[in-house]
Amino acid sequence: MNLSVMSNEKHHIVPYRLYIIILLALLVLTFSSIGITSIELGKFTVAGALLFAVIKSYLVLVYFMHLKYDKPYIKLMVAFVFAVFVVTIVITFLDYLYR
Amino acid sequence: MEKSAHIEHEHYDAEASKVGMWLFIFTELLLFGGLFIIYSVYRFMNPDAFHLAAEELDTFIGALNTVLLLISSMTIAMATTSLQKNNKLHTLLLSTVTVILGLVFLVNKYFEWGIKFSHGIWPGSPHMMETMSQGEILFFGLYFIMTGLHALHIIIGLVIIAVAMVRVNKGTVHANRAALLENAGLYWHLVDVIWIFLFPLFYLIT
Repeated sequence: MNLSVMSNEKHHIVPYRLYIIILLALLVLTFSSIGITSIELGKFTVAGALLFAVIKSYLVLVYFMHLKYDKPYIKLMVAFVFAVFVVTIVITFLDYLYR
Repeated sequence: MEKSAHIEHEHYDAEASKVGMWLFIFTELLLFGGLFIIYSVYRFMNPDAFHLAAEELDTFIGALNTVLLLISSMTIAMATTSLQKNNKLHTLLLSTVTVILGLVFLVNKYFEWGIKFSHGIWPGSPHMMETMSQGEILFFGLYFIMTGLHALHIIIGLVIIAVAMVRVNKGTVHANRAALLENAGLYWHLVDVIWIFLFPLFYLIT
């Protein structure tokens, strides 16, 4: 009994409509990032393009990859891995900037 | 009765499957993460060469591939929804659309690389070695490694989705045993996330 309840555990069913909204947001962000990088912004071009990429990947992770509906420990694990990556980048650039 | 229950009971743990997939995705993120760090350090050291070399890439084909991958991510996510709603036909249809979009992505990549090759640009090509600066050679080296590794992930993702589709069709993957399709989706979204960063870094920041 207990086993069958566990394997039949109901998942949160995400409606199609939400996925369509997220796709539209992702497409708008894509074209905005193409638009913003075609303008000469100098050093801000890289920052702008990366900011758009971060927002887009956030949407994919949270909605398409269901993190919004996952248990907190899975969210924490994902956040931790991204934090490790950011720290690695920061430390690498601290090294290169202050050589 | 005991016997039949024993035969039918196959070990299945949706949550463990998901966590296992995430752990694997973490290793993938750090694999590409390492390459992104190499890219940013070399870009920092050769800003002008990277700027010049990136002009060679076609923003249109990059943007087209971005749109294809984003749509395919939506369709595979929808496939999971329809599986949970017990709609086998929609699940298979949406997965098929995902596979077709992935294949079109690869065809575009084939033509894109083909154009580079016809311009004499491939790793270690004589044209690159004789006429390009160190920075440009680094840019194209990273371009081929990173987009190539990404394309390899697309191929693997397509195979996993195809296996999931066969299992859905056979009825061994269904609303109460959806982990295989869900994990195929997770993998496909990972490939999408990586491309979301590859696209601006190679095609947009010129």
